[in-house]
Amino acid sequence: MAEKILMKGNEAIGEAAVVAGCRHYFGYPITPQSELIEYMAKRLPQVDGVFLQAESEIAAINMVYGAAGAGARVMTSSSSPGISLKQEGISYIAGAELPCVIVNMVRGGPGLGSIQPGQCDYFQATKGGGHGDYHNIVLVPNSVQELVDYTILAFELADKYRNPVMLLGDGALGQMMEPIAFPQGAAAAPAKPWATTGLRGRKEPNVINSLHIQAPDLEKHNIHLQAKYKTIRENETRWETYKTDDAELVLVAYGISARVALSAMEQARAAGMKVGLFRPITAWPFPYEALAPLAGKAKAFLAVELSAGQMVEDVRLAVNGASPVYHYGRLGGMICSPKEVLGEVTKIMQGKEGK
Amino acid sequence: MAEIAFARPESLHDVPFHYCPGCHHGIIHRLVAEVIDELKVRDRTIGVVPVGCSVLAYNYFNFDTQEAAHGRAPATATGVKRVHPDSVVFTYQGDGDLASIGCAEIVHAAARGEKITTVFVNNAIYGMTGGQMAPTTLPEQVTVTSPYGRDPEKVGMPIRVCEMLATLDGAKFIARVAVNNPANMAKAKAAIKKAFEIQMSGLGFAIVEVLSTCPTNWGMTPLEAVAWLEKNMMPYYPLGIFKTPEGVAK
Repeated sequence: MAEKILMKGNEAIGEAAVVAGCRHYFGYPITPQSELIEYMAKRLPQVDGVFLQAESEIAAINMVYGAAGAGARVMTSSSSPGISLKQEGISYIAGAELPCVIVNMVRGGPGLGSIQPGQCDYFQATKGGGHGDYHNIVLVPNSVQELVDYTILAFELADKYRNPVMLLGDGALGQMMEPIAFPQGAAAAPAKPWATTGLRGRKEPNVINSLHIQAPDLEKHNIHLQAKYKTIRENETRWETYKTDDAELVLVAYGISARVALSAMEQARAAGMKVGLFRPITAWPFPYEALAPLAGKAKAFLAVELSAGQMVEDVRLAVNGASPVYHYGRLGGMICSPKEVLGEVTKIMQGKEGK
Repeated sequence: MAEIAFARPESLHDVPFHYCPGCHHGIIHRLVAEVIDELKVRDRTIGVVPVGCSVLAYNYFNFDTQEAAHGRAPATATGVKRVHPDSVVFTYQGDGDLASIGCAEIVHAAARGEKITTVFVNNAIYGMTGGQMAPTTLPEQVTVTSPYGRDPEKVGMPIRVCEMLATLDGAKFIARVAVNNPANMAKAKAAIKKAFEIQMSGLGFAIVEVLSTCPTNWGMTPLEAVAWLEKNMMPYYPLGIFKTPEGVAK
């Protein structure tokens, strides 16, 4: 690890991508991730990389499709409305099994929404987004250092599984500055004998494609994808726990909300309440198996997220009726304070939560 | 002295086309394949094929290909070319794909002077989905979504893609050709070859529009379709070279 430097979240993602060996970036400006596209515009030419500002988010994701299919480590980034535009391309990328990294610095929605931080794209990121039976691997960092670490991990996982990986951040993480250190580099990209490089002496042409016009063939392809997703679930599910061993109430939160929830948890502990925190690091695959055993020990769960209740559905699936699961969230770009969360915690601990 | 006068281009697989009788896609595929063979670039060619009747073109071309989303082939080809600048990259697109849903992508690829070649097959209709009105459908032309004939008052006049793209500096070679008779086939092949040579010399974007028939969805025999193309399409979509690096040709 090199010495620590102070860096803004969006720019840190850009440098982490360069460290990971990404030399191709296609994007379109949108707040609150503009520092990232601007960083790539400046940085990639310095490392003989390719930066291209596309005419639209749709074009950008299809440039990513082409570049990924041609064998490159490639990235695009956007924020909520722009990510909606990319969904068609993401579905094609998943279908054609191409590795790429997609950054979504989420803002308030729906529609044009706001430019302030949100976590209201959880459903879109983890439950499909585009058409068809597919999954993105979704990483949910909660600090600028984690933006760095998980950007690099995202490229490694994308190549390992030939799958799109989404780095799901939010406007707050993108805009905040924190001291960070960059690792020396990512695992080198594996050989990609499937890539369309031109034949260059190869006998059989390579075809990048998501069309399987015969239904039995398409079913076979889908079964193959599902088997891959099962492998990813078994090997790449990531989470963290804080003081959950004796917790009567477990907070469940990811990203920026996990920072708020951690502060609320510490304040609750100081007040003598046995509160813990469960933090998913992969939103897909969601750590159901890790969360489920806590349901036998804790009396209740409280999902804290900047949405009207999206991740809470996964918490309920994990808890499976064994304990009450509550939700607390702020909407539309508002961030909840530790004090507000502590208020909810106190109500639940005192049995005053009526839901 | 025996001599092979006619053989399958190496750039085409030995499989039958799925195209309808009288459709021009087969001829146009062959011309593209012959050009790639003659330029000796099969080993570094990457084709990007569309959504539409030629969606399965990757089954016919004997070199690397990517199957793009509807209309997005120019963006996909941009990604490919930017990764492998020494490769020869082309898109093969129909008129629904290029002139309707993919209008932004083709305009901006041309505006960037993207070093790719586009083969644009215009048959004035959506073929694969069953003959719906396209941006290139002629006035009064009856289709399943213009059952009373295309009404320019309601949906405007057809788009002339070559003329539109000719206003962009990045587009260096623009031609409209047809394959309705052997003489025009020879001209079409020469234009396609030129469009690949423009890319290989690094000058910029090149596009060849090929007027094509759709006997099935036009409801005609192959011969009637050729006659209809000559009588109706050629006056509205004049053949010729609209732009070359040497200047505007007549």
